[in-house]
Amino acid sequence: MINFILKRISIAIPTILILIIISFILMHSAPGGPFTSEKPLPEQVLKNINAKYGLDQPMYIQMYNYITGIIFNFDFGPSFRYKDRSVNDLIAQGFPVTLKYGSWSFIIAVFFGVSLGVIAAIRQNSYLDYLSVGFSVSAQVLPNFVMAPILVLIFTLWLGWLPGGGWEGGKIQFVIMPVIALSTSYMASIARLTRSSMLEVLNSNFIRTARAKGIPKYKIIFSHALKPTLLPVISYLGPAFVGMITGSVVIDMYFSTGGIGLHFVNGALNRDYSTIMGITILIGCLTITFNLLVDIIYAWIDPKIRYDS
Amino acid sequence: MIILNKKFNEIEKNISKIQKVKGRSLWHDARVRFFKNKAAVVSLTTLFLVLLFSFLGPIFAKWSNEEIDWSVLGDISTLGYPSIETGHYFGTDELGRDLFSRVIQGTKISLMVGIVGALIAVVVGTIYGATAGYFGGRIDSIMMRIVDILMSIPYMFVLILLLVIFGRSILMLFIGIGLVSWLDMARIVRGQTLSIKKKEYVEAAITIGVSHFTIIRRHIIPNLLGVVAVYATLLVPGMILTESFISFLGLGVQEPNTSWGALISEGAGTMRYGTLWQLLFPLFFFVISLFSFFFIGDGLRDALDPKDR
Repeated sequence: MINFILKRISIAIPTILILIIISFILMHSAPGGPFTSEKPLPEQVLKNINAKYGLDQPMYIQMYNYITGIIFNFDFGPSFRYKDRSVNDLIAQGFPVTLKYGSWSFIIAVFFGVSLGVIAAIRQNSYLDYLSVGFSVSAQVLPNFVMAPILVLIFTLWLGWLPGGGWEGGKIQFVIMPVIALSTSYMASIARLTRSSMLEVLNSNFIRTARAKGIPKYKIIFSHALKPTLLPVISYLGPAFVGMITGSVVIDMYFSTGGIGLHFVNGALNRDYSTIMGITILIGCLTITFNLLVDIIYAWIDPKIRYDS
Repeated sequence: MIILNKKFNEIEKNISKIQKVKGRSLWHDARVRFFKNKAAVVSLTTLFLVLLFSFLGPIFAKWSNEEIDWSVLGDISTLGYPSIETGHYFGTDELGRDLFSRVIQGTKISLMVGIVGALIAVVVGTIYGATAGYFGGRIDSIMMRIVDILMSIPYMFVLILLLVIFGRSILMLFIGIGLVSWLDMARIVRGQTLSIKKKEYVEAAITIGVSHFTIIRRHIIPNLLGVVAVYATLLVPGMILTESFISFLGLGVQEPNTSWGALISEGAGTMRYGTLWQLLFPLFFFVISLFSFFFIGDGLRDALDPKDR
């Protein structure tokens, strides 16, 4: 097990480094520097600004400084647009918001997705099953950017129950719609996965044996069938996490919740390179760490993985 | 003698009859199975109609997608509603442009992005995956490690980074989507190749000295086509979703071009003023087309996957 974990970590670290290097090179291959504008600055001013941000040094030194800054000080450098704020400030301000509705969405998607899938599989071909299958099929075409306007249309414009945007320190009525919009399609995918996996498990020999021994049905499901059922679901958690973090950009835009997604899009529209780069790297690290965790959990549940690779 | 001759004649007739029966290929079987699947056939028809709409629609349009109807511009929410009399079958958008023509234009671009993106993924992913799987060993593990690393990068963010740095254009969108979309394909193809590689006909080809390249081209890839076809139809909606996501954020297709995502974004932004049709028409086409692609993919999988038979 420890070998397995070490092996995974030894893949994760170079991945993060490659991500940083790729985005750094991308940023530097952009036509024009970050301070070229339509009204050209006097040469001396431009020189001074470049010197201040260390842009006059050779590229490999800049890259070295940038990487060591991130690793040792968790410093993503200054924002090129907002003179008074660093990328760290933007992240510190936006991240708690994203974390709050993001983790709620994740918990809700997993919990309700799994429950829905299990219920559908136990009551196969019942109305409950059809309902759950119907839901999971239709939610495929309702990604967050479709859900968000529909929710606002229904709950804000027609019913007037919930505010159409804002955050206000994360009061419950401001969190509900972002969470629903973000979690629906993943809940549906998880339900689908759980259902088909559960059906397969329920048809296997060890369940038949358990049934033959006269073990009550709920006990078969919870203590025999659930664990193998969850394996494919766990391996889906990584992609679901990435999807939700990506989706948070839409949520921040549409509901004006002020998470890091908002800074990302603003950075992208204003060509604020250091901000989008910093956020990309941060999210990349989060994703890679999360995938590492998922892999470890998976190996912990399924010994086959541990010993095969 | 005569009796025997008679018998021979009969046998001869029978043999010629048998030979007249057409051989049933894998593809023929698959086609029969596919057309028995009602959802898939309905989806295929729907998709065909959407395509027809995007090509024949301009004949019926009274306004081009760039003309501004000055008579409704002042008061879109009361005058710009869908009507046959004014020639705006789907109403007008915020700038007084005909939504019918805009939706046609958006449909064309979204479908093009989806299909071209999937095509890039199919070509690159198949070649990459087949090569990795066929050669195996060290080459395989290096090639797949690269895929693993690229997969754990949150690609939407890198894609947006690319678009910001190299300018937002459809070409850049294609390149960006193409860069990341082949990864899943490569994995799936590699898995299939590993099992095909062990088949007797590949062994036979190796023993008579066929070159590696020819084996991959003549024996491996044709036998992969079933899986590739299924996965490609599921990739198209994935690509459309990606493009719509980026366009929803305003980072994808730029004016005067448009796409479903951009139109939905516009409609979602203006629905508060009572111009609901601006959201619903693009959303309708988006939803039915994605549904169709998913059902066709499912139908193809059922038709081509021998495991589920």
